Amino acid sequence: MIGLPHFLVLAGVLFSIAVAGVFLNRKNVILLLMCIELMLLAVNFNFIAFSHWLNDINGQVFVFFILTVAAAESAIGLAILVVLFRERKSINVDNLDTMRG
Amino acid sequence: MLTTILFYFYAAILVGSALGVVLARNPVRAALFLVLAFFTSAVLWLLLEAEFLGIVLVLVYVGAVMVLFLFVIMMLDINIAELRAGFTRYAPLGALIAGLMICEIVYVVWVKHLGYDLAAVGAPLQPGDSNTKALGAVLYTDYALPFQLAAVVLLVAIVAAITLTMRRRAGYKQQDIAAQVATRKQDRLRVVKVEPEKRR
Repeated sequence: MIGLPHFLVLAGVLFSIAVAGVFLNRKNVILLLMCIELMLLAVNFNFIAFSHWLNDINGQVFVFFILTVAAAESAIGLAILVVLFRERKSINVDNLDTMRG
Repeated sequence: MLTTILFYFYAAILVGSALGVVLARNPVRAALFLVLAFFTSAVLWLLLEAEFLGIVLVLVYVGAVMVLFLFVIMMLDINIAELRAGFTRYAPLGALIAGLMICEIVYVVWVKHLGYDLAAVGAPLQPGDSNTKALGAVLYTDYALPFQLAAVVLLVAIVAAITLTMRRRAGYKQQDIAAQVATRKQDRLRVVKVEPEKRR
């Protein structure tokens, strides 16, 4: 029988893979954005699993808002990426050192 | 029983496609693996009786956001080899941190059970229950203002994305409507008195 722990562990594995992806692809901004999308998906998994097991629809409303904000975030992120590429002809994170941070 | 088989089947596909996103050599392939991950998550959300969100995930994420990702990847001329440099150097660190996080989560959720009785399942679905209806009933009443705010967030995102990527090229010909409307007769028109030629 599939229970709440199965879904929580699946979401945890998904989140951990995404965190590993941030480490592995630390030079490629596009892949970093994709890893963030994966993390948000894992978080949404938790919300939906708890919403199902606690029989509370409010968790799904939160997932709805997270999806909205994530879509807005990736749209702006990709727009910034396009502008960046136009300026630098590269999306390598190592080249983004104008502010000497 | 069927639920168990379906869960393990789609969970395996989901984890495999997530690994594909992280490890793919080509960004286009990574994006396509992410599409697969979203599709399988939608199926798993259907298993969790979140039908509306499963469909929204496919429509909004696969249909809009991932297409945007693919557009941007194909528009940019990326040197993949340069971006892959240092991939193997950070691989052990990334694997170590991911493994540690998975161990911690499994310990808390699986071994300790979060301190709750997680076997208890919520009320079973009745025939005629509608997830979309239930979601709409709270979304338009209790969450009406946050719903409007979400719309504002999307509007701001549209405006931001357009203003960020808009540019004026040098030598770009464009109509200036304000100048056209504000122009006056004496700016443009010159009446010249021409003497008629004399007949011979």
